[in-house]
This record gives sequence, C-alpha cells and structure tokens, in this order.
Amino acid sequence: MTIAASKFESLELQGVGRSFGGIDALVDLNLTVRAGEFIALLGPSGCGKSTALNCLAGLLPLTHGQILIDGKRVDTVAAENRGFGMVFQNYALFPHLTVEKNIAFGLQMRKVPKPELKSRVAEAIALVKLEQHAKKLPGQLSGGQQQRVAIARAVVMEPRLVLMDEPLSNLDAKLRLEMRTEIRRLHQSLGLTTLYVTHDQEEALSMADRLVVLRDGRVQQIGTPEQLHNSPVNWHVADFMGYRNLIDLDVTAVHGSTVTVEDRGFILRGTAVQPVTVGAKVRAAIRPEDLVVVSSAVPVQGGNTTTATVSVVEYHGREFAVGVTTPGGRGLHVRSDHAPAVGSVVELTADPARVLVFPADPIDPSTLSIEERELAEVRR
Amino acid sequence: MAMQTASSGVPDVDAPQPPARVKKKAAAQAPGERSLVASPTTWVVWAGIAAFFIFLIGILISVVVDSFGKSWFSTWLPESFTKSWYTGAWGTFDLTHIIGVTLTVAVAVIIISVVVGVPAAYLLARRNFPLKKTVTLLFLLPVLMPPITYGIPLATVMYNVGLGRTLTAVILVNLVPSVPFVIMTMTPFIEQINPAIENAARMSGASMRKVFTKILMPLLIPGILAASILVLVRTVGMFDLTFLVSGPKSDTLVVAIYRAMTAAGGGEARQLISSMAVIYTVTMMIILIVALRFVSPTQLVARVKESRED
Amino acid sequence: MSAPTIARPKPTKSTKSTASLRHRLAERGIDTSLLMLVPALFFALALFVYPFSYGIGLTFQPTSAIQQQWGAGVFSNYAAFFKDPFVFDSIWLTMRLALPAALFNVVASIPVAFKLRQRFRGKKFLTTLLVLPITLGTVLTAQGLLIFAGRQGWLNRFLLQIGVIHQPLALVNNTLGVMFSLIISGFPFAFLLISSYLSGIDPSIEAAAKTMGADWKQRFRRVILPLLAPGLATTFILTFVLAFSVFPSARLVGDAMGSTRVMALMAYRAFGEQTDYGMASTIAIMMGAVELVVIAIVLLWRSSMYKGSTGGKG
Repeated sequence: MTIAASKFESLELQGVGRSFGGIDALVDLNLTVRAGEFIALLGPSGCGKSTALNCLAGLLPLTHGQILIDGKRVDTVAAENRGFGMVFQNYALFPHLTVEKNIAFGLQMRKVPKPELKSRVAEAIALVKLEQHAKKLPGQLSGGQQQRVAIARAVVMEPRLVLMDEPLSNLDAKLRLEMRTEIRRLHQSLGLTTLYVTHDQEEALSMADRLVVLRDGRVQQIGTPEQLHNSPVNWHVADFMGYRNLIDLDVTAVHGSTVTVEDRGFILRGTAVQPVTVGAKVRAAIRPEDLVVVSSAVPVQGGNTTTATVSVVEYHGREFAVGVTTPGGRGLHVRSDHAPAVGSVVELTADPARVLVFPADPIDPSTLSIEERELAEVRR
Repeated sequence: MAMQTASSGVPDVDAPQPPARVKKKAAAQAPGERSLVASPTTWVVWAGIAAFFIFLIGILISVVVDSFGKSWFSTWLPESFTKSWYTGAWGTFDLTHIIGVTLTVAVAVIIISVVVGVPAAYLLARRNFPLKKTVTLLFLLPVLMPPITYGIPLATVMYNVGLGRTLTAVILVNLVPSVPFVIMTMTPFIEQINPAIENAARMSGASMRKVFTKILMPLLIPGILAASILVLVRTVGMFDLTFLVSGPKSDTLVVAIYRAMTAAGGGEARQLISSMAVIYTVTMMIILIVALRFVSPTQLVARVKESRED
Repeated sequence: MSAPTIARPKPTKSTKSTASLRHRLAERGIDTSLLMLVPALFFALALFVYPFSYGIGLTFQPTSAIQQQWGAGVFSNYAAFFKDPFVFDSIWLTMRLALPAALFNVVASIPVAFKLRQRFRGKKFLTTLLVLPITLGTVLTAQGLLIFAGRQGWLNRFLLQIGVIHQPLALVNNTLGVMFSLIISGFPFAFLLISSYLSGIDPSIEAAAKTMGADWKQRFRRVILPLLAPGLATTFILTFVLAFSVFPSARLVGDAMGSTRVMALMAYRAFGEQTDYGMASTIAIMMGAVELVVIAIVLLWRSSMYKGSTGGKG
C-alpha cells in the first residue's frame, strides 16, 4: 500500500469556539489528536459536531481559539491550502466527472505529474474496490458506491487529516455495517488520522480510538470507548451512550460511594458518580443489558433486587427485551432469558457497580434538541 | 409537552444565565475567502450595477420630471411646473376607458389561461400518454418564437373573420403566449408535490374531483398566484400582439402611448407622452402591489438553504 | 438433507392481458382524465397551429404587384424577401442587435449572480431593484431613454459639465439606443434565471472542491461552469428570443428606416402600411426561421454537455 499518511506529530484544538448570530454553536473545545488516531465526534443534532468539523476544515471561520499542527497555526489558512481530506454526508461528488476524474481532481489541483497521477488514482480505486465502475458518472452509481468514491477521493491525496461528516447516515442498515468495517480497515492499513462525526453511538464506539461527546456546543466527555461505555460523567452522556433507563429517585442511604435510591417502592443500590447526601434528588442510569429479570439461571446480584410489572415482551433471538413498569409508573427496559407473562410481576436485579447515580440537574427545555424533545415525549 | 423538570416545590428560579454574550462579531467568511469588498472583480461588478441603476433611475426621474414640466428643452430642469399635461392626457385619450380596457384584458387573460393551463399542466406533470412529447413541444413553441412570427398570421385571421380591432381579438391574441406560460410554470410546480399525497387522499375515499378541489388546489394556489402575476405583467406590458389587432376602442395603455409617440406629424407633445408613461407606471405599480399582497416575491425565485451549522 | 427437486416452470410466451379495454388503455396513459388536456389543446390548435399554417399558405399567394416585380410565380414573396436589400438586410440588422445584447446579458449576469449569492444587508432590496425593469416595459423605457440620454438630457449634460466629452453623444435614435433598451429589459430576466440555476448547484460540491485544494478560479472553471453551462445555454436562448423580437424600441429609440430596421418592423410595415398580408407573413415566418437556426445551434452545443442533476434539492 503506497498511500501513506503525511506525517505530523500532533493536532491541537485550543479553546476552539464559534458563535454566530447570538447562538453559540461551539464552545471551548480543547482536544489534542495524535497522529494516526481515529477520533469520533458524537452527539445529538445541534450539538456542534458538524460545526467543529467544518471549522477544522476551514469551511467555517472560528470566532474563538486556534488550531495548531505541530505548533503552527492552521486556522488562518484557507480551506484549499490545508491539505485535509473530507468526506461529506451527501458525498458531494462532482456530478459531471467520472469516478476516475472525481478522484483525480485533488491531485490535479496539486499539479501532480500525469503518470504518477494515473497510478495513484488506480490504486485508490482498487482500495475501495470500484475498478469496474471507474468510468461511470456518479449518477450511475448506488449510494454505497458513491460513498466509496468519496472516500477514495479524500484519501488519494495522502492528507494529513481525514474529516468525515456522518458519511454513513444515508446508507441502509446492512450497508452501513459493512462500510463501518471497511472504513475501520482502511484506517488501520493506511494509518490516516481521522476525525469522524456521527450521532450513532454504536458506530462511534466500534470505530474510534477516542470519542468526544458534545451537547449543545459544549464538550461533555472525552475518552476511550470503554471509558464512555462504562463510566459516563453525567446523565446526558449516559443517556446518549445507551443507558436507556433513566430514573429519577431519592437517596435514602449512603455508604461511601454505594448509595441506596428509591422511588415509591422501587429500590436499588447503585454507585454514586459524584458524592451525594441522603435526601438528594438523583437520576440513576442503567443499561438495559445490566438490568435483568431474576430466574433460575440468573441469580440476584449484589443483593440488589426490586420488582416491577411486565408491560411488553420482545423477542431478540438469544434473549428477550422486556418493558416493565415500576410501582411509581416509570417505564424501564430490561433483559430476560425467558418470556414472562404480560401483566405479571417480576423480580429485577443489577450489579450495583452498573447502576450509575448522577445528580439530577433540572432540564431546561430550551436547550433540548428536537430529537431529545421527541424522546422525552415518547418516554412519558 | 411535559418536561421532567426539577420538583415543583422550588419557587421559580431564574433561568440559568445565558452564557456571556460574545462581544466579538462573528467573522462572516471562512479563512481565505475574499470579502465582499475586497477584489477588483468585485469593484467592476458593483460599478456595473451602479451604472445600471444610474440609467434606470435617471430614466424614471426624467420621465416624471418631464411630465410635470411646462416646457423643457435646453435647461437642467423645466422652467416651470404644471399638472396640465396629466389632465390633458386623461381627457384627450380617454384614459379611464383605456385603463379599463387594459385591466379587462389582463384579468380575462389570466382567468382563461389559468383555467385552461392548470389542468393541462397537471396531466403533463403526472401522466405519461402517447404523443406526450409532441404535445409538450406544441405548448412550448409560442414561448420560443417572436410574437410577431405567429402574431401576424393570427392577426390576419382575426381581420378575416371580422374580429379586427375588437376587445375579443386582443384577449384572444394575448392568450397564445399566456397559456403556454402558465403550463410551463405550473408543471414543475405540480411535479414537486409528492404524488403520494393524492394516493393518500384516494385511500381515504376521495374521488378524482375531490382530490383536485380539496387537496391539490389549495397546494397549487401559491404557484397559480405567482404564475398569474407574471402573466399579468406580461399582458399589461405586451405590445407586439395587442398592437396588431387593436383599434382606438380596444387599445391597451402601452399601445395608446406608442400611437401617441408615433402619430403622424412627429407625435404628440413629449410632455403629454411622459405624463401617460407615468400614469402607466403608476398603474402597473398599483396592480403589482395589490397582487403581491397575495404572493411573496421569493416564490418567483425559489431557493436552496445552505447550512453547515450543526 | 438432499436438495429437493424443483419442477421447472415451462417457459411461457408473454401472456396477453385479460384486463378490459379500459384498463389496457389506462396502462398506456389514456383515460378520461385526458379530457383535462382538451381545452389547452383546442386553444393551441385554433389560435396557433391553424393561423400559422394559414400564414404559411398566405406566403405562397403573392399579390400581382409583387409577382410582376419579382416574377417567381408562387414563390414571389420569397424572391422579394431575399432579393430586396431593404428587406433582406433587416436580418443582419436584427442579428447585429440581438446577438450582442443577449450575450452581454448572459455574461454580465454571471458575476452579478455570484456576488449576490452571499447574504448581506439589503440583499432583498437590491434584488427587487434589479428585477424592477421587467415591470417598466419597453415603451416607458423608450420614452425615458429619449429624455435622459437625448442630446439635451441629463446624461449628456453631466458628461459635458465634467469635461469628459465636448459634444453631446448620440445615444438615442440609433443602434446604441436600441441596445440600451435591450439591456435594460433583458438583463434582469437573465439575472433571475441564472441566479436560479446557480442556486440549484449543491453548495457542498463547491466545499468539496475547496477541501481538495481548488482556489476560486479553479472552482469556477472546473466545477461551477460545467454545471452551470446548460442553464446558461437555456438563458441565452430565451434572452435571444426576447432581443430578436425587438419591435417598439427599434421604432422609438432607434432609426426605424435606417440602422435599426429590424425584421419585426419590416413585417409590420407590410402588414399595417402596405396591407400585404402575404408579404407580412413571409417576413414573419422568415424571422421565426432565422431564430430557430440560432436556437438549434445553441441546443446542439448544449446537448454535448452534462445536463444531469446538480444536486440542488438533495
């Protein structure tokens, strides 16, 4: 593979922000990227992730902070001179140029000599397995093929940095999974530093070396997939990372970092992420796979048990996803190895270490994104 | 929508302070982009636009000033001002009648071309039928030809059947470019209405007629209004066709002005014509203002939103 | 598990539809809703096709005077048209006005449409102003030009005053006057169309070109222009048709019997003044023919370009 990354040591975003028309689209982003890293920018719509990417690309100006590569400022350089490759959400292929010419475009801008250009383009086409379609126009390609052209077009220039703006969101589910693996494979073999924007936490977790979770223009957490999956720092991040069970409860007892929380008869023991006192209002977050129905094969964990009434049962192959209702009327998503009868009362258990307890901050409706608002409506 | 707010026991706390307002004005261009006033081509473009406007405004104001001037030949401004040109013009040319004719023609043409054109546009947008390409070409031709090319034979026919110099003839000739125009503007408009909507209506039990009147028409109104305004402007301003078939009783305003300008013996007094021209412009403005109350001008030039903020 | 044997279906000839005639017709698009097309068709046929054919027929019925003068029997009208320089030259004279005017309108609209793409204060106002002349009409523009750009008008006075010229410029009653009129009425139309085509190009395509290292000249030449070209061709055709049809302006601000003796004027002369309907139709039809040739050339050129989707609506 002769496509190699142009090397740099580090990319630094210092206090990067963009405010426009009274709205703070992005605030105080601090991030250091090492060469070869795959970083995912993750968050609900409106969180500022695309803004961050476009600022990095030079398509939008910063209003605060600076971007440095190996200590040299990059944010004052025009987009066409930064040498970054970019893959757009809707591919943005040149509709009047063939696949080959699309990929060759960037090299022509750099005035790469013809023979070298031809061989590099051929290599890139082979890399994304589009040899048979090289002379076609984008209009004649399927969505997935167009996306592969977009990727080839970005990497053929051997850029210092590859920026991807939700490249998979327009593909259907199966293709999305395949392309995810493809992109990961490409990253591993080419070693190109990549910044990848997505709103799909599964995608981010599976592809990234590190994730940056954004909400409302602000960074919530930066960490490895493991850290974000197991130790979200606040309930927003937990909610976004798939902790579908969010329950408002009161603290009834505190033993070090283990707390007992309760809501009208629904009692659990969990781990407090920040110190809380008895009587405080908190929000517990539990992943559906961590909250299970007790059965002969599934014993009680950590002495943690409580009860709820079954409302929905879904078949999921090896297990069942069960929707239950707490005595207080809250809906929860749990797992079970058998199908309980709808309406019956079941015993639930969870490892206290996997019940994360966060302080409950009031939700300001005006800061919620459209998705969040809709979710809240449906969850009622 | 009910939100999970903090317990309502706490009295109304002030909304959390909005983050300190950014004092710096947001940069309007991405780094490296030339600003609106930087480069030489920008200056040329602005200079060109300025020259265009100087001519335009100069023309307008000259006519207005002239129409009020008693006599104006070799000085910057007329020696004295008068309104007599207006009253003279109104009386001599019976402008009330002429304006009436102009409006009648315009309204008639609009109504007929919409009634005839919209159903045709619907078929062209939704259905494929044999000879569709031929029919489309047929409707397109009058817009691609100079009005004189089909106007003169048409006018000949009108005279032959005795319709020369009548109001009917004026209305009929103006229909020739207007019906295709309505069809051409409405067809893409209808195409972009999701056809599934009609299917949904039919699944709910609506007959074709109901679908048209209850579902389609309301959606089409903005397009129809926009097309009507364009037809209106074209018809009121249309000279070539009307001139060929109109007579003193059926002249529209533009034709009357032209006749005045080219009457034997050097035409009427220049100031008289200027006053008529001003009356024409004012009439057109009034018509447009009234019409634009129902349609937003941006619909005449639709557009794609660009947003990279997320 | 052994593979089950599959009975292969016998290959069938395509079966004839057993649906009723009504349904079979409907498949091909023929049903009662086609009646909606009838009124428009009727108008097109009665007011366009019939008169046009009648007019063509008229051209082959020259008056005896013409026949005597040009002696080509049934084709005398055409003989007169091609051989009488007073009439024939009008083709060149009209072209000399229409082609440059249309070219100018299209080419000048491009940078203006570009500059007006960005949002800025007063954009709506400026756009409305630019579109204003469409409402003014040729006759008013003509009168205004005569006064404003005439020998005694403000324009000449101003230029004389500041010493740029020493004699008033002859800006009206000649080709220049008609050219001004064509530009004033044609430019806003071209500008509207081209703006519309320009905004139909997906902005992220340009952004992509930027990230690939293209500066604005390269972006314009390699990406925008090819995508805009078909729209430019269409705009040129429409603007050209408008300019070629010039009629009242040629008389009002031009030199009707001299340098701006356009075809429309010639046709009207035959129609209204000489009442020679045959000759008038001949000129009118030749006018259409010449114009069609130009349109055909442009369309041929356009068909060699990429005309597909430019991604505008996603």
